[in-house]
Amino acid sequence: MTEANREAVSDAGLHPDLIRAAEERRPRGRSLWQDALRRLGRNHAAMASLVMLVVITFLCFAGPHLLTDHPLDRVYWDRVAKGPDFERGHWFGTDGNGRDLFVRTLYGGQISLMVGLAATLVSLVIGVLYGATAGYFGGRIDNVLMRIVDILYAVPFIFFVILLFVFFDRNLLMVFVAIGAVVWLDMARIVRGQAIALRGKEFIEAARSLGLSGGAILVRHIIPNLLSPVVVFVTLTVPQVILFESFLSFIGLGVQEPMTSWGVLISEGARRMQQAWWMLAFPAAFLAVTLFCFNYLGDGLRDALDPKDR
Amino acid sequence: MLSYAVRRLAWLIPTLLIVIGISFFMMRLAPGSPFATEENMPEIIRQNLEAAYHLNEPLWVQFLIYLGNLAQGDFGPSFQYTDYTVTELIWLGFPASLQVGGLAIGIAALIGIAVGMHAALNQNSWSDHLVMAVTMTGIAVPNFVLAPLAILIIGVYWGLLPAGGWGGGAWTHKVLPIATLAMTQIAYIARLTRGSVIETLRSNYIRTARAKGLPARLVMVRHTLRGALLPVISYLGPAIAGIITGTVVIEEIFGIPGIGRYFVQGALNRDYTLVMGVVIFYAVIIMALNLLVDVLYAVLDPKVRLS
Repeated sequence: MTEANREAVSDAGLHPDLIRAAEERRPRGRSLWQDALRRLGRNHAAMASLVMLVVITFLCFAGPHLLTDHPLDRVYWDRVAKGPDFERGHWFGTDGNGRDLFVRTLYGGQISLMVGLAATLVSLVIGVLYGATAGYFGGRIDNVLMRIVDILYAVPFIFFVILLFVFFDRNLLMVFVAIGAVVWLDMARIVRGQAIALRGKEFIEAARSLGLSGGAILVRHIIPNLLSPVVVFVTLTVPQVILFESFLSFIGLGVQEPMTSWGVLISEGARRMQQAWWMLAFPAAFLAVTLFCFNYLGDGLRDALDPKDR
Repeated sequence: MLSYAVRRLAWLIPTLLIVIGISFFMMRLAPGSPFATEENMPEIIRQNLEAAYHLNEPLWVQFLIYLGNLAQGDFGPSFQYTDYTVTELIWLGFPASLQVGGLAIGIAALIGIAVGMHAALNQNSWSDHLVMAVTMTGIAVPNFVLAPLAILIIGVYWGLLPAGGWGGGAWTHKVLPIATLAMTQIAYIARLTRGSVIETLRSNYIRTARAKGLPARLVMVRHTLRGALLPVISYLGPAIAGIITGTVVIEEIFGIPGIGRYFVQGALNRDYTLVMGVVIFYAVIIMALNLLVDVLYAVLDPKVRLS
């Protein structure tokens, strides 16, 4: 309804509220994403997971400042490996060096979550560009690019990441890049499959007949349209990456002191679990709940974005 | 079919060269020398040591020497375990790793497929929900959490099984490592099988098979299973890689004298030849098993055979 119309109608004596009500009842088209969000909203497990993830993220990033006064590396000499103590504010007890475990678990969560998101982002950028290029251009380009992926697939990359960590300086940036460089292969394959399916669609042909260049079609039409499987895959990749970082930290090759991650804490906890169960229980619970939630959310997103599956 | 297998076999050669090349050059470019831990080593001895291991030659010459030795099955001497060659160490650790890993993947496939099929055939029943919840737990709780818990509860508190060690290969020492290693893969395989069986049961050729009056059991075994197991079989490749990575952790936790322990120890000690040897050995195993999985897939799926 244009401004001029609206005035004409209100001149006719209709109450503006009535007009607004009528406008609201007018049927509107729903996009794929609105539909998907509605379906996701009805999936209780996925929504609960989403809320839980927000809570965990908030706890990990704001908790150390808001909920506790204990600093990350303060040693309480009289409280080495003591259980939860609410009077002194050691909610999760203290670790083998007398440091507050609550604040360490939250800091560890920051690192684990950041590694998970950043490495997934790295794999997302490489995988989407690579896969979309291979799928859209097809032919010889596709052949060469996918042969490379095939070869890399056969390489046990996890061992190479371990080698990287052993033989070069370990810093956080390298953790992101190394893990991201491993998981982009799956992303590239998924995206390529989607791009091939899209290539034959009429709207792509229309764009081509309008004279759009290959690169522009790729960026403006192909990539936006293959986002939905990518979103699902990203949600399921984050927990994998977190798990992988924890695995590296567990065998002593990941994040180094004084920084910590859930894997480091679990590794320390596993060594002392007979005397100090809380050192294993709390970090392990945080890790498990986070992995749970990401997996449920990913499953929920897949169901929401791919209605033909149900 | 044969030409497909041969073509796949031919692709192994460049892949293997890339694996060897990456690991070789990465390791040689890394800072630190394997002799860095020896304090106050006289210059002349260091030079002699480097000459003995060809470390004073140009990099590409070292690479060619290494390739030549590899071709003869010689991974070189270990820098840390000075009395052993890497080949000896690998063969020393392999039996334990093979038993744990092989049994774990076998058990995971059997239980995973059975559980997944049960869940699919009873879709939305309580047992289906139970399977889905338990397998999600199996995915969310990593084996390096599961294994210490199992040791603590079953090994220490209840005292039912040994809490660690290898015990010369006694079966009681194998139960916990294999069970904790298989758990994650059981979860993945069960979920995959469930989804795939449900999807297959809805397909048209199953309706046809039912419509022409085939008994339910035959429909299940001859038609549904064959189609539904294809994604499971193609997952076996990643599963094998996952199991091999898992053995590294499990062998550390349970103190099993397998390849994984040598690998971690070698990595922490900068034992160049040992680490490279293990990586190449694992790479060959993973590639060979992937090839096997792909050929098996092609045998079962007529679509691959035709194209």
